[in-house]
Amino acid sequence: MPIPAPEIDETNRWYWDGLILGELRYQHCRQCGNSWLPPTEECSQCLFADWEIRTASGKATLVSWVRYHTATHPEFKDRVPFNVAVVKLAEGPRTVTNLIDIADWDTVHAGMTLQLKIEEDDDVYLARFALAGA
Amino acid sequence: MTAEGLREKYVVAGIGNTRFGDLDGRSTLSMNVEACRDALSDASVEKELVDAVFVKYPTSNFQSMYGQKVAERLGLQPRIGGVWDQAGASPSSMIAFAVMAIDAGQCEIALVTFADNPRSVSRHAYAHALGPYGPYGWFGVVAGYAMIAQAHMEEYGTTGEHLGAVAVACREHGKRNPNAQLRRPITLADHQRSPWVVEPLRRSDCCLISDGGAAVVVMSASRAHQLGVRDAVPILGFGQGQTSWEVAQRPSLVSTEACRSAETAFAMAGITPSQVDVAQLYDCFTIAVLMTLEAYGFCPPGQSGAFVSEPGALQVGGKLPLNTSGGLLSETGMPGLQLIHEGVRQIRGTSTSQVTGARTCVVSNQGGIMQTHSTLILGRC
Repeated sequence: MPIPAPEIDETNRWYWDGLILGELRYQHCRQCGNSWLPPTEECSQCLFADWEIRTASGKATLVSWVRYHTATHPEFKDRVPFNVAVVKLAEGPRTVTNLIDIADWDTVHAGMTLQLKIEEDDDVYLARFALAGA
Repeated sequence: MTAEGLREKYVVAGIGNTRFGDLDGRSTLSMNVEACRDALSDASVEKELVDAVFVKYPTSNFQSMYGQKVAERLGLQPRIGGVWDQAGASPSSMIAFAVMAIDAGQCEIALVTFADNPRSVSRHAYAHALGPYGPYGWFGVVAGYAMIAQAHMEEYGTTGEHLGAVAVACREHGKRNPNAQLRRPITLADHQRSPWVVEPLRRSDCCLISDGGAAVVVMSASRAHQLGVRDAVPILGFGQGQTSWEVAQRPSLVSTEACRSAETAFAMAGITPSQVDVAQLYDCFTIAVLMTLEAYGFCPPGQSGAFVSEPGALQVGGKLPLNTSGGLLSETGMPGLQLIHEGVRQIRGTSTSQVTGARTCVVSNQGGIMQTHSTLILGRC
């Protein structure tokens, strides 16, 4: 069963297009300097809609993670155990992702440095992260 | 009027509920009616005197104007009411809003009610995608709490055994409550053998999914006295705090605005956490109890694991008897009103796990994945 397709609209199309082109993009506010994901119409810090799209370096740190042993959603039933993580990009935005190529979960810890690795999965391009230097 | 001026001026005059568990697809309107009928009977108040109806919508089936549908089924045309949505924080907050509305002369006697049937009809509400991250597999309320639990473990060294101590205490109290849905107690070893759902949370860390309804009657202490209400329980304090943001966007995953909710409530009540005799803390997942203990000042941040692991700490006779009717983990997964009911029973002296001479009970309600929080302190100063 394929993973659920992203719900693409005019607010977030540039984000998903970026992943197809190999870039993780985020919003940067020209008014107040705030940087954020996921895509929104206005900056939630200064409330203006005066932002530009920037491309992330791909460096991030791990905030937290979970491992699903039961699938809440039927499309992930064949994938358990799978993980979902929260990471903080070097540029500031926080995003939800999957960790890849983890050999030993006992060595995983908050604050560890990660590197972006964009992967195609069921025709969807996703921003996943591996251990930096791995 | 200062918040302190409301202390002990308002009461929970009556409590009522349906059976909890699998109610075989009974409608939420029907369960609301039964809970309200039972609460009015408990308060010995005639239905016609009710002029406010505050409703939390059924979690598993949002519908517009649901508050009016409940009022219609109750045969009432209230002066004030409607649906209040803070998810699981709604019950305590609706009681607070009822008090404020009565104090402002908008109404006199309020019903606060909730019913849902997720067990027999649909559990979909607990399994939705979290934000736009469905393609990454980010689904389900349990995963949101697991993400917070993992962060708490990383930050403070909290362990699965610490989570387990909460589950063991709630299940022990549920065993003694004949109305509890799950009455089988567990040991810490049982908890540690319980299968992972979303690691680091096990099945025994997760609340029940339950059908059922519950309601309370709120009025002023003077009105209750005038009406001859037998066992009205005073409201000492209340407060709210909203974390609001999705889990991934929070600057810290290990603390919430529950601390502001508690500060407001304790200031209004004029007591400190050390003066609390018994606590009913929202235990949708065990991690929520640990973080609430820290937010409320029962222990310093990061020390909740040690706090709950002291033998007997959460049992009757311990330093903070917890969830004495079994909580969401054992009595019913209903979002919050059952905890308020148990607070009322403790102050009345009628709990199945009664704390001798209990004079103060703190109740926490929280909603979503800790987006909302509400505190209610019941008792007599």
